[in-house]
Amino acid sequence: MNHHAAQSRAAYLFLTPFLALFVVFLIYPLVQSLWLAFQQTHGPSITRYVGLDNFKSIAVDRLFWKAFWNTAVFALASVCIQLPIALGLAMLLNRPDVRGRAFFRLIFFSPALVGLVFVAVLFGLIFEKRTGLLNVTLHAVAGFDPEFPWLQQYVMPALIIAALWLYAGFNMVFFLAALQNVSRDLLEAATVDGAGPLRRFLHVTLPAIRPVGSFLVLLSLIGSFQLFELPYILLGGGGPDNQGLTVVMYLYQAGFDAGDLGYASAIGWTIAILLGGFAVAQRYVSALDER
Amino acid sequence: MTPTLSITPRRTLAKLSAACLTYAMLAASAAIVLTPFAYLLASSLKTGEDFFGSLFLPAGEGVFGVAWGRITSANYTRLISEFDFTNNIVNSVFLASTTSILATLGAAMGGYALAMIRFPGRRFVTNLVLFALIIPAALMLAPSYQLLYFLGLLDTYTGLILPAAAPAFGVFLFRQAFLSSLPPQLLEAGRIDGCGELRLFVSIGLPLVRPMIGAFVLITYLGTWNNFIWPQIVLQSPEKLPLSVAIAQLRGVYSQDYGLLMAGTVISIAPVLVLFLLLQREFIAGLTAGAVKG
Repeated sequence: MNHHAAQSRAAYLFLTPFLALFVVFLIYPLVQSLWLAFQQTHGPSITRYVGLDNFKSIAVDRLFWKAFWNTAVFALASVCIQLPIALGLAMLLNRPDVRGRAFFRLIFFSPALVGLVFVAVLFGLIFEKRTGLLNVTLHAVAGFDPEFPWLQQYVMPALIIAALWLYAGFNMVFFLAALQNVSRDLLEAATVDGAGPLRRFLHVTLPAIRPVGSFLVLLSLIGSFQLFELPYILLGGGGPDNQGLTVVMYLYQAGFDAGDLGYASAIGWTIAILLGGFAVAQRYVSALDER
Repeated sequence: MTPTLSITPRRTLAKLSAACLTYAMLAASAAIVLTPFAYLLASSLKTGEDFFGSLFLPAGEGVFGVAWGRITSANYTRLISEFDFTNNIVNSVFLASTTSILATLGAAMGGYALAMIRFPGRRFVTNLVLFALIIPAALMLAPSYQLLYFLGLLDTYTGLILPAAAPAFGVFLFRQAFLSSLPPQLLEAGRIDGCGELRLFVSIGLPLVRPMIGAFVLITYLGTWNNFIWPQIVLQSPEKLPLSVAIAQLRGVYSQDYGLLMAGTVISIAPVLVLFLLLQREFIAGLTAGAVKG
């Protein structure tokens, strides 16, 4: 019995550094944010109880809903454009006759290493009218309008293109790992039974990679709703007509430009509740845990 | 009729052209991915009238039609001498190293305890960690800022490092790693031989999860290096800023001086690209381990 006590003591000691910081810097602020959501603040120290006023304001705050809509469009595009491209690349790389798989994987993955701030600075130049890489190339290849105003009018497509460059390879790495786990025996058995490539994909490959697929959908949604640096740096704020305003940027402006941490907290909770993210993510996390 | 075995000339030809098509598509995609990097590097080596005169390097009479004599490191020297970029580099290295080492240590110890030791409250702490994984990061911005203000930690590195040194995600990853690669019998055998708990962790536990250690150090290093919003909120003194915030401020002031901005970006991303090239196998294995196999 004695060494059980010793083991427990060791476990608590091992957990202490993590738990101490975790309680102070995560649990406490989380509880505090709930309290803040019902206050109006002026800087970090002056607070005034306002009841549900923050949430009432958010409900009719047109800028918040614009930000929410922008973010949702970006999230949808991430899932519907990025993920299929990522899967396509992964399937190309997974063909048995491909050599240099690790080399291509490395190349495709490399943009994911570049921080969003740096991507934003780089794409600021790429999206330049007339002189930027994108318009010059598109003009030379397809006779595209060299004055196409990406950052002046077509903000959302620009953000989606930059994010595609950044994340397609990242998602591909996950798809590729999943594809390599698809049973070769099963695929061969299906071939012997006369299933063509399409049916093999739909009935063997797709079910096998579904868990990773839904994991990536979740990851893309969570990532999209954290979008901040890319438009913030690229456009120097929300951009023309706030086309690039995202929910986190709006939260940031409310909390740190306007100094109302209460309103910012209320925005945070509204996002969390609207997404129902808690419930969805919980399910995935526990599914991960079971395996 | 065994389709996998019949090798007729027509089949080989079809196979060959399929392979060619695959490679063509892969090469085209790789070119699209790599072009912005080349563009970035080329742009950082040009100034003045050369900048928009040609898309990549300045055109001229030299080898490959490039005027090699006109490329310049002026943007880089300006960053170092005029803007004291060396200081920002040092800050970024310090923040990323400290955070990744502390976070990995805390996560490995916590994950080990949750995975390998039975103790009262284990279930509760595990659930707490899982719960923390789903808290949206944006929700923490305002209350954490207020907390750092009350603790007097604004504009300090402590205020940036300590919150990042308790990664629930890391504890979860290490817990999974220990569960899948450390057989409990090994620890029991060690205990019977009179091994203390700390020694069990250091000499039996840690060596078995070395790939996860490498992966998590790299993930945290990268995350800290590229982080913008937290240093932007916490730090105020110009001499304390990491590269991410420094570049953002540079762009705010010199938005049209692209050569300078691109040189700053090259400096900012080159170190992490090199680090990753050295450790990429472990990194990708660690990254996908939790999602694909569990």
